[in-house]
Amino acid sequence: MNFYGLVDGTEASLKKYLGALSGVDQVGADARAAMLATRSIKTTSKRWAIDTAITMVDLTTLEGADTPGKVKALCTKAVRPDPTDLTVPSVGAVCVYNDMVSIARTHLDLIGGQHVGVAAVSTAFPSGRASMAVKIQDTQDAIDAGASEIDMVIDRGAFLQGRYIEVFDEIVKIREICGTKAHLKVIFETGELVTYDNVRKASFLAMAAGAHFIKTSTGKVAPAATAPVVLVMLEAVRDFYSMTNVRIGVKPAGGIRNTKDAIKQLVLVNETAGPEWLTPSLFRIGASALLNDLLMQRMKMDDGYYASPQYVTID
Amino acid sequence: MSNRIDVKKTYKLFINGAFPRTESGRTYEVKSSKGSFIANPCLASRKDLKDAVVAARAAQAGWNKATAYNKGQILYRIAEMLEGRRAQFVDEIMVVTGVTKTKADKEVTDSVDRLVWYAGWSDKISSLSGALNPVAGPYYNFTIPESMGVIAAIAPETPSLLGLIDVIAPIIVGGNTVVVLASTKAPLSAMSFAEVLATSDVPAGVVNILTGKKDEIAPWMASHMDIDGLDISGLAVKSHADIRTAGAENLKRIYSFKSADPGRILAFLENKTVWHPIGL
Repeated sequence: MNFYGLVDGTEASLKKYLGALSGVDQVGADARAAMLATRSIKTTSKRWAIDTAITMVDLTTLEGADTPGKVKALCTKAVRPDPTDLTVPSVGAVCVYNDMVSIARTHLDLIGGQHVGVAAVSTAFPSGRASMAVKIQDTQDAIDAGASEIDMVIDRGAFLQGRYIEVFDEIVKIREICGTKAHLKVIFETGELVTYDNVRKASFLAMAAGAHFIKTSTGKVAPAATAPVVLVMLEAVRDFYSMTNVRIGVKPAGGIRNTKDAIKQLVLVNETAGPEWLTPSLFRIGASALLNDLLMQRMKMDDGYYASPQYVTID
Repeated sequence: MSNRIDVKKTYKLFINGAFPRTESGRTYEVKSSKGSFIANPCLASRKDLKDAVVAARAAQAGWNKATAYNKGQILYRIAEMLEGRRAQFVDEIMVVTGVTKTKADKEVTDSVDRLVWYAGWSDKISSLSGALNPVAGPYYNFTIPESMGVIAAIAPETPSLLGLIDVIAPIIVGGNTVVVLASTKAPLSAMSFAEVLATSDVPAGVVNILTGKKDEIAPWMASHMDIDGLDISGLAVKSHADIRTAGAENLKRIYSFKSADPGRILAFLENKTVWHPIGL
C-alpha cells in the first residue's frame, strides 16, 4: 500500500500529514451550512432530487429486535419502495447487522434485487470496543456472508487520545480484508468527535488509509449528521480529490428523516463537492424513516394533493 | 409622566401545542367594524395545514386512548380557563365585530356553557349511541362508537368564539384530533382561545388552529389523504359542492351543521362491532 503517496505508514509521517491540515472555521461552516439550507428546490428539480435521493438511501435496520422476517420485508421495500408505482427506483443498499447479511443477500437475489447492495456494520458496531482480532473476524464474517459494503466504526477513544496511528492501522487492516469484494465505509461518530477540526482530521486520516466512503455516524448517538458536519466532510473529499485525483464518497446517517432534510443534503453536495458527487456511488444517506417521506412527497407531486402515511408500507 | 407605549400582541398560529408563525411569512390585516386597523394575524398556507395534520395525526392515538372521564375533565378545564379570561374575550369580540358589551358578554357566557355541555357528553355518548345487539348464539354483540382520526374543520365567520367552540369541542370529545381554520374576519378570539387550550392540559397536537383564507385552505383540507373527516359549517354554501367533490376522491366524510347537538359528535365517530362469548 502506498497510501496515495501521502503517508508511508509510519506514525511520524501520519502526524506530519495530519498536522499540515488547516483548521476549520466553525462559525463560517455553521453559517455556510445554514445559508445553503435556505435554498428552495421546486417542481422538476424537486422531482429529480426526490428520485435521486431514493437511489442514495441505505435503507437501514440496526435494532436488537431485528428478525429475519423484518430484514426480508426491508429488502422487498428496498427493491420496490412503492409496490403501486413501478417508476420509483430501488434504493442504494440495505444496511443490516452482521448476522442478517446472508438473509438479506439471499432474499434480494430471490426477488430480483441483484442491483441492491448489502452493507454490514462491522468492527464491533456501534462502540468499536473490541480487540483487533474480533474486529477482523467480524468483517471477514460479513464478507463471507455476501456483504458488498462494510460500514466500520473507528476507535473514537484512540482518536480523541491522539493515537492516530492505531486508528489508521485499523482502517488499513479492514481495508485489506475488504480487498476487491467490498467497499469500505468508515464511520466517525461525529457526535463524539466534538469539534469540526477533529472531523476534518478523521476524514483525511480515513481517506489516506483507503476508505471508499466516509460516514458521519452510527445513528446511535445524537447529534448525528448535522449540516455543518456534512459540509466539513464534503470539503474534505473535495480537497482530497484535488490532492490525489481520487473521489471518496460521503454518507451522512442519522437524523435525516424527511424530504426537506434530504434535499438540503443534496444541495450541500452540489455546492461543496460538486455535481460529480450526486451519484449513489459517491453519496449515500443512511436512513429508515426517510424513505416513506420521500415516497409521500413523490405521491404529492404526482397527484396534486397531500398523501397519507397509510398508503406507504410500515417499516 | 409620559404615556406608556401599547404592548401590541402578535397573533400567530397554534400547531402541535406551540405558537409558530406561518412558514409562508404572510400576514393579513384585521380591521375593526369601524374600519380602523387592529392586528396582523398570520395568513396560513397549505404547508401550515400539512404541518398541523402531521401534529394531529401524531397526537390522535394518545388522545383516543384517554378515558372518557379524562377527556371530559380536560374539556371542562378549557371552560374553566376561558371563564377566567372572560374580560379579554369580551374586549376582542367587541372591537372586531362592533357588538355591544352585553352581546359580547353573552357570547362568552354561551361559549363557556357550551364547553361544559360538550364535556358532559364525553362519558355518555357511547352509552347512548352504542348498543347490545341480539344475535343467534352464545355471544354478546356490542356496537361501540370509536373516533374517526384526524378531522379538519372550518369555523363560521360569526359568532367567532362560540362558532369555533362548536366545531372544535364535538370533534375532540369523541377522541378525534382537529385542525381548524378560524374565522377570517375575526380571528383574534380564536388565537386567544389557543392560549386557553395551551393552559388546559390539552395534549399538544389535539387541537391545531390556523388563521387565513377559507377558499385557499379548504380545497387542500378536502383533498388531503390523511384527513378523515371535514366539518364545513363555516364555509359559504356556494363552495360546498366543490369541496364535497374533492373529498369524494378519498372517501372523506364531510358534514355541515347549523346548531349545537350531539349529532355533531356522532358525525365523526365510527361504529365498531365486537363479539364476546357469554359465560366465560
